[in-house]
Amino acid sequence: MAESGGVTEQDVLRVAELANLELTSEEVPRMQRDLNAILGHVTQLQQLNTEGVPAMSQVGEILGGAPEATGAALRPDTVRPSLDRKAVMAAAPETDGRFFKVPKVIER
Amino acid sequence: MTIDEVRTGLANGSITATAIAEQHYARIAADDGPDGKDIHSFLALSRDRALAQAAKIDALAKSGDALPVLAGVPVGIKDVLVMQGSPATAGSKILEGYMPPYDATSVKKLEAAGAVLLGKLNCDEFAMGSSNENSAYGPVRNPRALDRVPGGSSGGSAAAVAAGFATASLGTDTGGSIRQPAAFCGVVGVLPTYGRVSRFGLIAFASSLDRVGPFALNVRDVATMLGVLAGHDPMDATSSDRPVGDYSGALQKPVQGLRIGVPEEYFGEGLDPEIRAAIEKALDILRKAGCEIKRISLPHTRYAVPAYYVVATAEASANLSRFDGVRYGLRAKGANTLSAMYRETRDQGFGAEVKRRILLGTYALSAGYYDAYYRKAQQVRTLLTRDFLAAFNEVDAIVTPMTPSPAFKLGEKTDDPVKMYLEDIYTVAASLAGLCGMSVPCGATAAGLPIGVQILGRHFDEETMLRVGLAVEGAQ
Repeated sequence: MAESGGVTEQDVLRVAELANLELTSEEVPRMQRDLNAILGHVTQLQQLNTEGVPAMSQVGEILGGAPEATGAALRPDTVRPSLDRKAVMAAAPETDGRFFKVPKVIER
Repeated sequence: MTIDEVRTGLANGSITATAIAEQHYARIAADDGPDGKDIHSFLALSRDRALAQAAKIDALAKSGDALPVLAGVPVGIKDVLVMQGSPATAGSKILEGYMPPYDATSVKKLEAAGAVLLGKLNCDEFAMGSSNENSAYGPVRNPRALDRVPGGSSGGSAAAVAAGFATASLGTDTGGSIRQPAAFCGVVGVLPTYGRVSRFGLIAFASSLDRVGPFALNVRDVATMLGVLAGHDPMDATSSDRPVGDYSGALQKPVQGLRIGVPEEYFGEGLDPEIRAAIEKALDILRKAGCEIKRISLPHTRYAVPAYYVVATAEASANLSRFDGVRYGLRAKGANTLSAMYRETRDQGFGAEVKRRILLGTYALSAGYYDAYYRKAQQVRTLLTRDFLAAFNEVDAIVTPMTPSPAFKLGEKTDDPVKMYLEDIYTVAASLAGLCGMSVPCGATAAGLPIGVQILGRHFDEETMLRVGLAVEGAQ
Protein backbone atom coordinates (compact mmCIF):
# COMPACT_ATOMS: atom_id res chain seq x y z
CA MET A 1 0.00 0.00 0.00
CA ALA A 2 1.22 3.45 -0.91
CA GLU A 3 2.36 5.58 1.99
CA SER A 4 3.06 9.27 1.81
CA GLY A 5 6.67 10.03 1.12
CA GLY A 6 6.98 6.71 -0.65
CA VAL A 7 7.75 7.89 -4.16
CA THR A 8 11.38 7.18 -5.03
CA GLU A 9 13.49 8.62 -7.81
CA GLN A 10 13.11 5.27 -9.57
CA ASP A 11 9.31 5.61 -9.37
CA VAL A 12 9.47 9.06 -10.96
CA LEU A 13 11.60 7.76 -13.81
CA ARG A 14 9.35 4.72 -14.31
CA VAL A 15 6.19 6.83 -14.43
CA ALA A 16 7.86 9.34 -16.76
CA GLU A 17 8.68 6.49 -19.11
CA LEU A 18 5.08 5.23 -19.00
CA ALA A 19 3.88 8.75 -19.82
CA ASN A 20 6.42 9.29 -22.64
CA LEU A 21 7.95 12.19 -20.76
CA GLU A 22 11.63 12.90 -20.67
CA LEU A 23 12.69 14.71 -17.51
CA THR A 24 15.91 16.64 -17.12
CA SER A 25 18.15 15.80 -14.19
CA GLU A 26 16.96 18.96 -12.40
CA GLU A 27 13.31 18.04 -12.91
CA VAL A 28 13.53 14.58 -11.32
CA PRO A 29 14.13 15.61 -7.67
CA ARG A 30 11.61 18.46 -7.96
CA MET A 31 8.92 16.13 -9.31
CA GLN A 32 9.78 13.54 -6.65
CA ARG A 33 9.34 16.18 -3.94
CA ASP A 34 6.06 17.46 -5.41
CA LEU A 35 4.56 14.00 -5.98
CA ASN A 36 5.33 13.07 -2.40
CA ALA A 37 3.75 16.28 -1.11
CA ILE A 38 0.62 15.82 -3.20
CA LEU A 39 0.28 12.10 -2.47
CA GLY A 40 0.80 12.87 1.21
CA HIS A 41 -2.28 15.03 0.98
CA VAL A 42 -4.18 12.41 -1.03
CA THR A 43 -3.44 9.73 1.58
CA GLN A 44 -6.25 11.09 3.77
CA LEU A 45 -8.69 9.37 1.40
CA GLN A 46 -7.60 6.12 3.06
CA GLN A 47 -9.30 7.26 6.28
CA LEU A 48 -12.69 6.79 4.64
CA ASN A 49 -14.39 3.43 4.65
CA THR A 50 -15.63 3.00 1.09
CA GLU A 51 -16.53 -0.67 1.25
CA GLY A 52 -19.50 -1.34 -0.99
CA VAL A 53 -19.51 2.21 -2.39
CA PRO A 54 -19.72 2.11 -6.19
CA ALA A 55 -16.98 3.90 -8.15
CA MET A 56 -18.30 6.87 -10.11
CA SER A 57 -16.68 7.78 -13.40
CA GLN A 58 -19.17 10.45 -14.43
CA VAL A 59 -22.33 11.99 -13.04
CA GLY A 60 -24.73 10.37 -15.51
CA GLU A 61 -24.25 7.08 -13.68
CA ILE A 62 -25.61 8.42 -10.42
CA LEU A 63 -28.46 10.42 -11.96
CA GLY A 64 -29.55 7.51 -14.14
CA GLY A 65 -29.91 7.65 -17.88
CA ALA A 66 -26.22 7.66 -18.68
CA PRO A 67 -26.01 7.57 -22.47
CA GLU A 68 -23.95 4.37 -22.46
CA ALA A 69 -26.77 2.48 -20.76
CA THR A 70 -29.28 2.82 -23.57
CA GLY A 71 -27.38 4.12 -26.56
CA ALA A 72 -30.32 6.50 -27.06
CA ALA A 73 -28.14 9.57 -26.91
CA LEU A 74 -25.66 8.32 -29.49
CA ARG A 75 -25.87 9.92 -32.89
CA PRO A 76 -27.01 7.80 -35.86
CA ASP A 77 -24.22 5.75 -37.37
CA THR A 78 -24.38 7.32 -40.82
CA VAL A 79 -21.72 8.37 -43.28
CA ARG A 80 -21.01 12.09 -43.33
CA PRO A 81 -18.16 14.18 -44.65
CA SER A 82 -15.13 14.40 -42.36
CA LEU A 83 -12.70 17.29 -42.13
CA ASP A 84 -10.98 18.22 -45.35
CA ARG A 85 -7.73 16.32 -45.60
CA LYS A 86 -5.82 19.33 -46.91
CA ALA A 87 -6.91 21.42 -43.92
CA VAL A 88 -5.84 18.71 -41.49
CA MET A 89 -2.49 18.06 -43.18
CA ALA A 90 -1.74 21.78 -43.25
CA ALA A 91 -1.40 21.65 -39.46
CA ALA A 92 1.01 18.68 -39.44
CA PRO A 93 4.68 19.22 -38.56
CA GLU A 94 5.80 16.91 -41.38
CA THR A 95 3.65 15.46 -44.14
CA ASP A 96 3.73 14.42 -47.80
CA GLY A 97 0.22 15.84 -48.19
CA ARG A 98 -1.41 12.42 -47.77
CA PHE A 99 0.25 10.95 -44.68
CA PHE A 100 1.95 12.10 -41.49
CA LYS A 101 5.70 11.52 -41.69
CA VAL A 102 7.51 10.32 -38.57
CA PRO A 103 11.02 9.14 -37.71
CA LYS A 104 11.66 5.40 -37.98
CA VAL A 105 9.43 3.30 -35.77
CA ILE A 106 11.58 0.21 -35.21
CA GLU A 107 14.63 0.84 -33.05
CA ARG A 108 17.68 -1.34 -33.54
CA MET B 1 -20.92 47.64 -21.88
CA THR B 2 -23.64 45.09 -21.06
CA ILE B 3 -25.65 43.00 -23.51
CA ASP B 4 -28.66 45.25 -22.89
CA GLU B 5 -26.61 48.36 -23.69
CA VAL B 6 -25.43 46.80 -26.96
CA ARG B 7 -28.98 45.78 -27.87
CA THR B 8 -30.44 49.21 -27.08
CA GLY B 9 -27.67 51.04 -28.92
CA LEU B 10 -28.11 48.95 -32.07
CA ALA B 11 -31.90 49.16 -31.91
CA ASN B 12 -32.04 52.96 -31.65
CA GLY B 13 -29.20 53.44 -34.13
CA SER B 14 -26.96 55.34 -31.72
CA ILE B 15 -24.06 52.97 -32.43
CA THR B 16 -23.08 50.25 -34.91
CA ALA B 17 -21.72 46.78 -34.25
CA THR B 18 -18.61 47.80 -36.19
CA ALA B 19 -18.06 50.82 -33.94
CA ILE B 20 -18.53 48.65 -30.83
CA ALA B 21 -15.96 46.14 -32.11
CA GLU B 22 -13.50 48.94 -32.98
CA GLN B 23 -13.95 50.54 -29.55
CA HIS B 24 -13.16 47.26 -27.84
CA TYR B 25 -10.12 46.61 -30.04
CA ALA B 26 -8.92 50.13 -29.24
CA ARG B 27 -9.27 49.46 -25.53
CA ILE B 28 -7.39 46.17 -25.89
CA ALA B 29 -4.63 47.91 -27.87
CA ALA B 30 -4.33 50.62 -25.21
CA ASP B 31 -4.41 48.56 -22.03
CA ASP B 32 -4.00 44.83 -22.59
CA GLY B 33 -0.39 44.89 -23.78
CA PRO B 34 2.92 45.92 -22.20
CA ASP B 35 2.42 49.56 -23.20
CA GLY B 36 -0.78 49.78 -21.16
CA LYS B 37 -1.77 48.00 -18.01
CA ASP B 38 -0.15 44.79 -19.27
CA ILE B 39 -3.18 42.70 -18.33
CA HIS B 40 -2.31 40.23 -21.10
CA SER B 41 -5.76 38.69 -21.38
CA PHE B 42 -5.73 38.16 -25.15
CA LEU B 43 -3.35 35.75 -26.86
CA ALA B 44 -4.68 36.38 -30.39
CA LEU B 45 -7.16 38.76 -32.01
CA SER B 46 -9.57 37.60 -34.72
CA ARG B 47 -10.08 41.01 -36.26
CA ASP B 48 -11.13 39.97 -39.77
CA ARG B 49 -13.71 37.52 -38.54
CA ALA B 50 -15.05 39.96 -35.94
CA LEU B 51 -15.38 42.88 -38.36
CA ALA B 52 -17.02 40.70 -41.03
CA GLN B 53 -19.57 39.58 -38.46
CA ALA B 54 -20.10 43.16 -37.23
CA ALA B 55 -20.72 44.31 -40.83
CA LYS B 56 -23.28 41.55 -41.21
CA ILE B 57 -25.07 42.66 -38.04
CA ASP B 58 -25.02 46.28 -39.15
CA ALA B 59 -26.57 45.35 -42.52
CA LEU B 60 -29.24 43.39 -40.68
CA ALA B 61 -29.96 46.31 -38.36
CA LYS B 62 -30.22 48.66 -41.36
CA SER B 63 -32.71 46.38 -43.09
CA GLY B 64 -34.95 46.61 -40.04
CA ASP B 65 -35.07 42.83 -39.52
CA ALA B 66 -35.21 41.45 -35.99
CA LEU B 67 -31.71 41.13 -34.52
CA PRO B 68 -30.55 37.89 -32.90
CA VAL B 69 -30.14 37.87 -29.12
CA LEU B 70 -26.38 38.53 -29.07
CA ALA B 71 -26.27 40.83 -32.09
CA GLY B 72 -23.09 42.89 -32.01
CA VAL B 73 -22.05 41.68 -28.55
CA PRO B 74 -18.22 41.56 -28.34
CA VAL B 75 -17.12 38.21 -26.90
CA GLY B 76 -13.74 36.64 -26.15
CA ILE B 77 -13.03 32.90 -26.31
CA LYS B 78 -10.75 31.01 -23.92
CA ASP B 79 -7.89 29.56 -25.90
CA VAL B 80 -8.80 25.94 -25.13
CA LEU B 81 -11.77 26.18 -27.53
CA VAL B 82 -11.05 25.99 -31.23
CA MET B 83 -12.01 28.74 -33.63
CA GLN B 84 -11.27 28.39 -37.33
CA GLY B 85 -8.82 30.99 -38.58
CA SER B 86 -7.32 31.70 -35.15
CA PRO B 87 -4.44 29.89 -33.49
CA ALA B 88 -5.36 27.51 -30.66
CA THR B 89 -2.61 27.09 -28.09
CA ALA B 90 -4.35 25.96 -24.88
CA GLY B 91 -1.71 28.17 -23.23
CA SER B 92 0.94 25.59 -24.20
CA LYS B 93 4.11 25.64 -26.28
CA ILE B 94 3.21 22.19 -27.57
CA LEU B 95 0.43 23.73 -29.68
CA GLU B 96 2.31 26.84 -30.74
CA GLY B 97 1.30 27.81 -34.26
CA TYR B 98 -1.57 25.31 -34.49
CA MET B 99 -4.46 26.54 -36.64
CA PRO B 100 -7.53 24.38 -36.03
CA PRO B 101 -9.58 23.53 -39.13
CA TYR B 102 -13.01 23.85 -37.47
CA ASP B 103 -15.12 25.72 -34.89
CA ALA B 104 -16.15 24.50 -31.45
CA THR B 105 -19.94 24.13 -31.17
CA SER B 106 -20.08 26.84 -28.49
CA VAL B 107 -18.18 29.22 -30.78
CA LYS B 108 -20.55 28.45 -33.67
CA LYS B 109 -23.61 28.98 -31.48
CA LEU B 110 -22.40 32.37 -30.22
CA GLU B 111 -21.71 33.58 -33.74
CA ALA B 112 -25.05 32.27 -35.01
CA ALA B 113 -26.68 34.32 -32.23
CA GLY B 114 -24.96 37.45 -33.54
CA ALA B 115 -21.93 37.67 -31.23
CA VAL B 116 -18.77 39.34 -32.53
CA LEU B 117 -15.81 37.13 -31.60
CA LEU B 118 -12.85 39.35 -30.77
CA GLY B 119 -10.16 36.73 -30.21
CA LYS B 120 -8.60 34.06 -28.02
CA LEU B 121 -8.03 34.51 -24.30
CA ASN B 122 -5.04 33.58 -22.18
CA CYS B 123 -5.33 30.72 -19.69
CA ASP B 124 -3.28 28.29 -17.66
CA GLU B 125 -1.61 25.65 -19.81
CA PHE B 126 -4.28 23.06 -20.72
CA ALA B 127 -6.51 24.78 -18.13
CA MET B 128 -4.32 23.45 -15.32
CA GLY B 129 -3.94 26.08 -12.65
CA SER B 130 -5.66 28.40 -10.19
CA SER B 131 -3.77 31.61 -10.92
CA ASN B 132 -3.11 31.82 -14.67
CA GLU B 133 0.61 31.74 -13.90
CA ASN B 134 0.97 28.43 -15.78
CA SER B 135 0.38 29.94 -19.22
CA ALA B 136 3.41 29.31 -21.44
CA TYR B 137 2.78 32.78 -22.91
CA GLY B 138 3.03 34.62 -19.60
CA PRO B 139 0.59 35.34 -16.79
CA VAL B 140 -2.54 37.50 -16.80
CA ARG B 141 -2.84 40.38 -14.34
CA ASN B 142 -5.99 41.10 -12.36
CA PRO B 143 -7.49 44.33 -13.76
CA ARG B 144 -8.77 45.19 -10.26
CA ALA B 145 -5.27 44.95 -8.74
CA LEU B 146 -2.44 44.66 -11.25
CA ASP B 147 0.02 43.06 -8.81
CA ARG B 148 -2.40 40.17 -8.21
CA VAL B 149 -3.48 37.08 -10.12
CA PRO B 150 -6.84 37.00 -11.91
CA GLY B 151 -7.41 33.42 -10.80
CA GLY B 152 -7.33 30.45 -13.12
CA SER B 153 -7.47 28.69 -15.28
CA SER B 154 -9.84 31.01 -17.21
CA GLY B 155 -7.93 34.09 -15.97
CA GLY B 156 -7.94 35.79 -19.36
CA SER B 157 -11.70 35.27 -19.74
CA ALA B 158 -12.45 36.86 -16.35
CA ALA B 159 -9.91 39.67 -16.77
CA ALA B 160 -11.12 40.62 -20.27
CA VAL B 161 -14.68 41.13 -18.99
CA ALA B 162 -13.53 42.93 -15.83
CA ALA B 163 -11.29 45.27 -17.86
CA GLY B 164 -14.04 46.13 -20.36
CA PHE B 165 -12.24 44.44 -23.29
CA ALA B 166 -15.31 42.27 -23.97
CA THR B 167 -18.96 42.25 -22.90
CA ALA B 168 -18.84 38.53 -22.25
CA SER B 169 -16.46 35.62 -22.66
CA LEU B 170 -16.28 31.86 -22.71
CA GLY B 171 -14.29 29.96 -20.13
CA THR B 172 -14.02 26.37 -19.04
CA ASP B 173 -14.30 24.94 -15.55
CA THR B 174 -12.86 21.56 -14.59
CA GLY B 175 -12.30 22.19 -10.87
CA GLY B 176 -13.23 25.85 -10.44
CA SER B 177 -11.66 27.51 -13.47
CA ILE B 178 -14.68 29.72 -14.24
CA ARG B 179 -15.99 30.43 -10.76
CA GLN B 180 -12.72 31.23 -8.97
CA PRO B 181 -11.42 33.80 -11.52
CA ALA B 182 -14.91 35.35 -11.67
CA ALA B 183 -14.67 35.89 -7.90
CA PHE B 184 -11.09 37.24 -8.08
CA CYS B 185 -11.93 39.73 -10.87
CA GLY B 186 -15.38 40.78 -9.63
CA VAL B 187 -17.46 39.46 -12.54
CA VAL B 188 -20.17 36.80 -12.86
CA GLY B 189 -19.20 33.31 -14.04
CA VAL B 190 -21.38 30.25 -14.60
CA LEU B 191 -20.49 26.57 -14.43
CA PRO B 192 -23.37 24.86 -16.25
CA THR B 193 -24.50 21.37 -15.22
CA TYR B 194 -22.36 18.58 -16.70
CA GLY B 195 -23.88 17.83 -20.12
CA ARG B 196 -25.72 21.15 -20.48
CA VAL B 197 -23.27 22.84 -22.89
CA SER B 198 -21.51 21.05 -25.75
CA ARG B 199 -17.77 20.47 -25.46
CA PHE B 200 -17.19 19.67 -29.12
CA GLY B 201 -14.08 21.62 -30.06
CA LEU B 202 -12.78 21.88 -26.52
CA ILE B 203 -9.20 20.72 -25.99
CA ALA B 204 -9.85 18.16 -23.26
CA PHE B 205 -8.25 18.20 -19.80
CA ALA B 206 -10.43 15.84 -17.69
CA SER B 207 -13.42 14.63 -19.66
CA SER B 208 -15.70 13.65 -16.76
CA LEU B 209 -15.27 17.17 -15.31
CA ASP B 210 -14.66 19.68 -18.11
CA ARG B 211 -17.46 22.20 -18.77
CA VAL B 212 -17.81 25.26 -20.96
CA GLY B 213 -19.55 28.32 -19.51
CA PRO B 214 -19.93 32.10 -19.75
CA PHE B 215 -18.52 35.15 -17.98
CA ALA B 216 -20.27 38.53 -18.04
CA LEU B 217 -20.69 41.70 -15.98
CA ASN B 218 -24.06 40.73 -14.51
CA VAL B 219 -26.45 37.86 -13.91
CA ARG B 220 -28.85 38.89 -16.68
CA ASP B 221 -26.05 38.69 -19.24
CA VAL B 222 -24.80 35.25 -18.18
CA ALA B 223 -28.43 34.03 -18.34
CA THR B 224 -28.65 35.29 -21.94
CA MET B 225 -25.30 33.68 -22.80
CA LEU B 226 -26.33 30.37 -21.22
CA GLY B 227 -29.59 30.38 -23.19
CA VAL B 228 -27.54 30.52 -26.40
CA LEU B 229 -24.93 27.95 -25.34
CA ALA B 230 -27.12 25.27 -23.72
CA GLY B 231 -28.54 22.31 -25.56
CA HIS B 232 -27.88 18.93 -27.05
CA ASP B 233 -25.12 18.54 -29.64
CA PRO B 234 -24.95 15.39 -31.76
CA MET B 235 -21.17 15.94 -31.91
CA ASP B 236 -20.82 15.55 -28.12
CA ALA B 237 -22.16 12.24 -26.81
CA THR B 238 -21.98 13.56 -23.23
CA SER B 239 -24.29 16.49 -23.98
CA SER B 240 -27.81 16.13 -22.60
CA ASP B 241 -31.00 16.19 -24.64
CA ARG B 242 -33.04 17.56 -21.75
CA PRO B 243 -35.03 20.64 -22.79
CA VAL B 244 -33.18 23.93 -22.28
CA GLY B 245 -34.64 26.19 -19.59
CA ASP B 246 -35.83 29.75 -20.09
CA TYR B 247 -32.98 31.32 -18.14
CA SER B 248 -33.82 34.97 -18.81
CA GLY B 249 -37.50 34.37 -18.12
CA ALA B 250 -36.68 32.64 -14.81
CA LEU B 251 -35.12 35.88 -13.58
CA GLN B 252 -38.59 37.44 -13.40
CA LYS B 253 -39.60 35.05 -10.64
CA PRO B 254 -39.05 36.22 -7.06
CA VAL B 255 -36.87 34.16 -4.71
CA GLN B 256 -39.41 34.31 -1.90
CA GLY B 257 -39.97 30.89 -0.38
CA LEU B 258 -36.76 29.33 -1.75
CA ARG B 259 -34.83 27.21 0.75
CA ILE B 260 -31.12 28.09 0.81
CA GLY B 261 -28.65 25.61 2.30
CA VAL B 262 -25.52 26.84 4.04
CA PRO B 263 -23.01 24.00 4.53
CA GLU B 264 -21.04 24.35 7.74
CA GLU B 265 -17.98 22.65 6.18
CA TYR B 266 -17.44 25.69 3.91
CA PHE B 267 -17.01 28.09 6.80
CA GLY B 268 -14.15 26.42 8.66
CA GLU B 269 -10.56 27.36 9.35
CA GLY B 270 -8.72 29.22 6.62
CA LEU B 271 -11.69 31.34 5.51
CA ASP B 272 -10.74 35.01 5.33
CA PRO B 273 -12.83 36.98 7.89
CA GLU B 274 -13.72 39.70 5.38
CA ILE B 275 -15.04 37.04 2.98
CA ARG B 276 -17.00 35.37 5.77
CA ALA B 277 -18.64 38.72 6.61
CA ALA B 278 -19.51 39.38 2.95
CA ILE B 279 -21.13 35.93 2.59
CA GLU B 280 -23.12 36.48 5.76
CA LYS B 281 -24.30 39.78 4.34
CA ALA B 282 -25.38 38.00 1.14
CA LEU B 283 -27.31 35.48 3.23
CA ASP B 284 -29.02 38.36 5.06
CA ILE B 285 -30.08 39.81 1.73
CA LEU B 286 -31.63 36.47 0.76
CA ARG B 287 -33.34 36.18 4.15
CA LYS B 288 -34.85 39.63 3.72
CA ALA B 289 -36.01 38.65 0.22
CA GLY B 290 -38.04 35.85 1.79
CA CYS B 291 -35.70 32.87 1.49
CA GLU B 292 -35.48 30.30 4.22
CA ILE B 293 -31.82 29.91 5.27
CA LYS B 294 -31.03 26.40 6.51
CA ARG B 295 -27.79 25.11 7.96
CA ILE B 296 -26.81 21.88 6.24
CA SER B 297 -23.89 19.46 6.33
CA LEU B 298 -21.91 18.06 3.41
CA PRO B 299 -19.83 15.69 5.53
CA HIS B 300 -17.31 14.52 2.91
CA THR B 301 -16.26 18.03 1.82
CA ARG B 302 -12.70 17.76 3.18
CA TYR B 303 -12.02 14.83 0.85
CA ALA B 304 -13.01 16.75 -2.28
CA VAL B 305 -9.58 18.26 -3.07
CA PRO B 306 -7.62 14.98 -2.81
CA ALA B 307 -10.31 13.04 -4.74
CA TYR B 308 -10.40 15.74 -7.40
CA TYR B 309 -6.63 15.82 -7.94
CA VAL B 310 -6.53 12.04 -8.44
CA VAL B 311 -9.50 11.88 -10.85
CA ALA B 312 -8.55 15.00 -12.82
CA THR B 313 -4.88 14.08 -13.24
CA ALA B 314 -5.68 10.47 -14.16
CA GLU B 315 -7.97 11.67 -16.94
CA ALA B 316 -5.47 14.34 -17.99
CA SER B 317 -2.68 11.78 -18.30
CA ALA B 318 -4.82 9.91 -20.86
CA ASN B 319 -6.15 12.99 -22.69
CA LEU B 320 -2.75 14.60 -23.08
CA SER B 321 -1.16 11.53 -24.63
CA ARG B 322 -2.44 12.83 -27.98
CA PHE B 323 0.17 15.59 -27.95
CA ASP B 324 3.06 13.68 -29.46
CA GLY B 325 4.38 15.80 -32.32
CA VAL B 326 2.79 13.70 -35.07
CA ARG B 327 -0.38 15.48 -36.19
CA TYR B 328 -0.24 19.09 -35.01
CA GLY B 329 1.75 21.61 -33.05
CA LEU B 330 5.34 21.28 -31.99
CA ARG B 331 7.73 18.51 -33.04
CA ALA B 332 11.17 18.22 -31.49
CA LYS B 333 13.88 18.46 -34.11
CA GLY B 334 16.59 15.90 -34.59
CA ALA B 335 15.10 12.85 -32.88
CA ASN B 336 15.93 9.79 -34.97
CA THR B 337 13.35 7.35 -33.64
CA LEU B 338 9.61 7.68 -33.11
CA SER B 339 9.74 7.13 -29.36
CA ALA B 340 12.58 9.64 -28.90
CA MET B 341 10.55 12.12 -30.95
CA TYR B 342 7.53 11.61 -28.65
CA ARG B 343 9.55 12.08 -25.47
CA GLU B 344 11.56 15.07 -26.65
CA THR B 345 8.50 16.81 -28.09
CA ARG B 346 6.61 16.40 -24.84
CA ASP B 347 9.61 17.48 -22.79
CA GLN B 348 10.04 20.67 -24.81
CA GLY B 349 6.33 21.35 -25.24
CA PHE B 350 4.85 20.84 -21.77
CA GLY B 351 5.38 23.16 -18.81
CA ALA B 352 6.15 22.04 -15.25
CA GLU B 353 2.57 21.91 -13.95
CA VAL B 354 1.36 19.87 -16.91
CA LYS B 355 4.23 17.41 -16.45
CA ARG B 356 3.52 17.21 -12.73
CA ARG B 357 -0.12 16.37 -13.36
CA ILE B 358 0.63 13.84 -16.11
CA LEU B 359 3.10 12.12 -13.77
CA LEU B 360 0.65 12.15 -10.87
CA GLY B 361 -2.19 10.81 -13.03
CA THR B 362 -0.01 8.14 -14.58
CA TYR B 363 1.17 7.11 -11.11
CA ALA B 364 -2.42 6.91 -9.79
CA LEU B 365 -3.42 4.69 -12.72
CA SER B 366 -0.33 2.46 -12.69
CA ALA B 367 -0.31 -1.18 -11.65
CA GLY B 368 -0.30 -1.56 -7.89
CA TYR B 369 -1.68 1.93 -7.18
CA TYR B 370 -4.91 1.96 -9.20
CA ASP B 371 -7.12 0.67 -6.37
CA ALA B 372 -5.51 2.76 -3.64
CA TYR B 373 -5.73 6.02 -5.57
CA TYR B 374 -7.91 6.06 -8.67
CA ARG B 375 -10.65 3.64 -7.60
CA LYS B 376 -10.69 5.07 -4.11
CA ALA B 377 -11.10 8.60 -5.47
CA GLN B 378 -13.96 7.47 -7.69
CA GLN B 379 -15.69 5.95 -4.67
CA VAL B 380 -15.21 9.17 -2.70
CA ARG B 381 -16.69 10.98 -5.70
CA THR B 382 -19.86 8.93 -5.18
CA LEU B 383 -19.96 9.90 -1.50
CA LEU B 384 -19.49 13.59 -2.31
CA THR B 385 -22.28 13.46 -4.89
CA ARG B 386 -24.60 11.67 -2.47
CA ASP B 387 -23.95 14.45 0.07
CA PHE B 388 -25.29 16.98 -2.42
CA LEU B 389 -28.25 14.85 -3.53
CA ALA B 390 -29.32 14.42 0.10
CA ALA B 391 -28.95 18.16 0.75
CA PHE B 392 -31.02 19.02 -2.31
CA ASN B 393 -33.91 17.04 -0.84
CA GLU B 394 -34.14 19.78 1.76
CA VAL B 395 -32.96 22.91 -0.02
CA ASP B 396 -33.35 24.48 -3.47
CA ALA B 397 -29.90 26.05 -3.71
CA ILE B 398 -26.67 26.08 -1.71
CA VAL B 399 -24.69 29.22 -0.88
CA THR B 400 -21.00 29.19 0.11
CA PRO B 401 -17.90 31.37 -0.11
CA MET B 402 -16.33 31.09 -3.58
CA THR B 403 -12.70 31.28 -2.45
CA PRO B 404 -10.99 31.04 0.96
CA SER B 405 -9.09 34.30 0.32
CA PRO B 406 -9.21 37.17 -2.19
CA ALA B 407 -6.90 37.36 -5.22
CA PHE B 408 -3.32 36.67 -4.13
CA LYS B 409 -0.11 38.25 -5.41
CA LEU B 410 1.64 37.02 -8.52
CA GLY B 411 4.30 34.51 -7.51
CA GLU B 412 2.91 34.05 -4.00
CA LYS B 413 1.97 30.37 -4.35
CA THR B 414 3.87 29.12 -7.38
CA ASP B 415 6.41 27.17 -5.33
CA ASP B 416 4.01 24.96 -3.43
CA PRO B 417 1.62 22.80 -5.47
CA VAL B 418 -0.37 21.61 -2.44
CA LYS B 419 -0.98 25.19 -1.30
CA MET B 420 -2.09 26.07 -4.82
CA TYR B 421 -4.41 23.04 -5.00
CA LEU B 422 -6.03 24.03 -1.68
CA GLU B 423 -7.14 27.24 -3.42
CA ASP B 424 -9.79 24.97 -5.00
CA ILE B 425 -11.27 23.89 -1.67
CA TYR B 426 -14.73 25.39 -2.31
CA THR B 427 -14.92 24.65 -6.03
CA VAL B 428 -14.00 21.02 -6.70
CA ALA B 429 -16.84 19.22 -4.87
CA ALA B 430 -19.48 20.66 -7.22
CA SER B 431 -17.21 19.80 -10.15
CA LEU B 432 -17.00 16.15 -9.10
CA ALA B 433 -20.78 16.01 -8.49
CA GLY B 434 -21.63 17.54 -11.89
CA LEU B 435 -23.79 20.29 -10.35
CA CYS B 436 -24.37 23.74 -11.78
CA GLY B 437 -22.77 26.63 -9.96
CA MET B 438 -21.96 30.29 -10.29
CA SER B 439 -19.93 33.07 -8.72
CA VAL B 440 -21.59 36.44 -8.14
CA PRO B 441 -19.77 39.53 -6.79
CA CYS B 442 -20.91 40.31 -3.23
CA GLY B 443 -18.64 43.10 -2.06
CA ALA B 444 -14.96 43.83 -1.66
CA THR B 445 -12.29 43.69 1.01
CA ALA B 446 -11.10 46.86 2.73
CA ALA B 447 -8.19 46.82 0.27
CA GLY B 448 -10.67 46.84 -2.62
CA LEU B 449 -10.29 43.24 -3.77
CA PRO B 450 -13.51 41.68 -5.12
CA ILE B 451 -15.34 38.97 -3.17
CA GLY B 452 -17.53 36.33 -4.81
CA VAL B 453 -20.33 34.20 -3.41
CA GLN B 454 -20.87 30.71 -4.81
CA ILE B 455 -24.41 29.55 -5.57
CA LEU B 456 -24.89 25.87 -6.37
CA GLY B 457 -28.04 24.45 -7.95
CA ARG B 458 -29.48 20.99 -8.58
CA HIS B 459 -28.45 19.19 -11.76
CA PHE B 460 -30.08 21.01 -14.70
CA ASP B 461 -31.72 23.58 -12.43
CA GLU B 462 -29.78 26.60 -13.62
CA GLU B 463 -32.99 28.65 -13.34
CA THR B 464 -33.15 28.56 -9.53
CA MET B 465 -29.41 29.20 -9.23
CA LEU B 466 -29.64 32.26 -11.49
CA ARG B 467 -32.64 33.63 -9.57
CA VAL B 468 -30.68 33.44 -6.32
CA GLY B 469 -27.71 35.05 -8.07
CA LEU B 470 -29.84 37.95 -9.27
CA ALA B 471 -31.24 38.51 -5.77
CA VAL B 472 -27.73 38.75 -4.30
CA GLU B 473 -26.50 40.97 -7.13
CA GLY B 474 -29.55 43.25 -7.05
CA ALA B 475 -28.99 44.13 -3.42
CA GLN B 476 -25.33 45.17 -3.87
